[in-house]
Amino acid sequence: MIWSGLSALVLPLAAANPADRSLERLPVVLRDTLTGALPDPWRWLANSVLAIAVTIGVFASLFAVMTLFERKVLGRMQNRPGPNRTGPFGVLQPLADGIKMLTKEDIVPRHADQVLHLLAPIMLLAFSILTLAVIPYGRNLVALELDAALLYFFAAGAATELAVFMAGWASRNKYSLLAAMRALAQMISYELPLLLSVVPTVLLAGTLSLTTIVAQQGTWAWGFMPQWYVFTPWGFAGFAMFMTAAFAEANRAPFDLPEAESELIAGHLTEYSGFKYALFFMAEYFGMFALSGMAVTLFLGGWHAPLPFLQFVPSYAWFGLKLFGLLFFFVWVRATFPRLRMDQLTRFSWKFLVPLCLINVGTAAFWALTAGWTGPLQALRWALAAGLVVVPFVLLGRRLSAGVGPRQYRYA
Amino acid sequence: MLSFLVIALVTLASAAVAMLLRNLIHSALLLIASWGGIAAFYLWAGAEFVAFAQVLVYVGAISMVVLFAVLLTRRSRADLALAPEALGRAVAALVTGGAVVGVLGGAILSTRFTTAAPAAPPPALTVRDIGLLLMGPHAAALLIVGLLLTVALLGAIVIAAADPAGKEDDVT
Repeated sequence: MIWSGLSALVLPLAAANPADRSLERLPVVLRDTLTGALPDPWRWLANSVLAIAVTIGVFASLFAVMTLFERKVLGRMQNRPGPNRTGPFGVLQPLADGIKMLTKEDIVPRHADQVLHLLAPIMLLAFSILTLAVIPYGRNLVALELDAALLYFFAAGAATELAVFMAGWASRNKYSLLAAMRALAQMISYELPLLLSVVPTVLLAGTLSLTTIVAQQGTWAWGFMPQWYVFTPWGFAGFAMFMTAAFAEANRAPFDLPEAESELIAGHLTEYSGFKYALFFMAEYFGMFALSGMAVTLFLGGWHAPLPFLQFVPSYAWFGLKLFGLLFFFVWVRATFPRLRMDQLTRFSWKFLVPLCLINVGTAAFWALTAGWTGPLQALRWALAAGLVVVPFVLLGRRLSAGVGPRQYRYA
Repeated sequence: MLSFLVIALVTLASAAVAMLLRNLIHSALLLIASWGGIAAFYLWAGAEFVAFAQVLVYVGAISMVVLFAVLLTRRSRADLALAPEALGRAVAALVTGGAVVGVLGGAILSTRFTTAAPAAPPPALTVRDIGLLLMGPHAAALLIVGLLLTVALLGAIVIAAADPAGKEDDVT
């Protein structure tokens, strides 16, 4: 069994069809080699368990790498070395952090709601992991193939708000409760643009299945121009708005008000210590991974290579590369922008993002209706759609920022 | 069958305990758990789309409305005393509950349950079919439900914002 698996792996190293190449099929062949000997119902179970274990394992290691990567990059951007004491160049820092978190004392306030206080981080992490299940990581590499995969993703993501509320309320702490309410206000405000910015993609793809959405972005116009949704007017606007809302949903800077250290002493995390705190931290990063993966899947062509001759690189490597690019973008933004105020945050969502998202749905409808236009009409289609994106953006932005000039700094 | 019994037990038990508890937040959370149980039941019945919609709408959104309502409207412990209007409330509750039971009971009684296995397997309904059905023959129902939810949301805002005084410190 193992031998046949290996020979199937080595022989078609450079097959004509990219789907048949050995590196491309490596994960599936490995899985079949491991579980191929089992009878059918057990094999299905073993495959599922393997998929879950690999997903959690990969993303948990990515979490460890990401904490180090983030601190290193932030360090570079702020002209300081970053962590550099643990191991060569500080590479063992995540390990040291992990040991520290595991061995720290777990403090539960005496008046806290013991059960909910314990349940909140577990629930948050569980739902964050659930969102990772439906993302197609490569050709034939999706843990859970669903017809309504997109809906599943947002349903699992919506439940995290409940966990934040539980954490804040169960801590029996003014700061925690206040911050939890703020976090909820923020997450509800940005849930709407997050969902609305995805609607154009669903409209154009005509499906909620993520594998089909990825498959529809897998062709090249004129042999080199990838047909990713981000390269259309509505797709670009949708991607920009999705990423903005994703920053808020993942509680990342500049929208990290729920955990604002300086104002709310870390908000709903105030009364959490030790491993429970680590779970919160992990869930936040998992949420960031899931939202980035979703952005890659919906707008950046999923696991497809950007150019046809680059298909020799396996699909999961492309997905990983795009995911890493977006994660770097998250860190870059964190190092660049200061934190917003609460009223600015909600106003930005309700008065700016939500109207633009609604207009973008209209743009996508226009795009879908004019799919048959060819020749010079094609140029008109692009111009009209681009105008539908740019004009409301400029007008609304001007109107909202009217009277809000550059801040005058007066030094005493 | 066993999984159905477990789901039903969890759903009904959390709903029942939610009515018995004195802590309103615990009740609300248990109610949300019971909604999650209903979503699990939809999954068990093979209705993926409805199950995810149930989680998204109830566990994600309605739960927030409930929790905000609990935290924003209960200003002090004095608000909890309902004695004078208890009769009126009881009558209203009975009328509302009776109406719901009537509608649901009528629907259940008028449904024909076939115990024998169907001759042909029912056609698999994709999300696309559901979407076309909702936007075509059932568009009116969709709009009415949307309107109802908007009214409920506005009502929540009115209840939360009605009191202009609101100077008591005992908010939680």
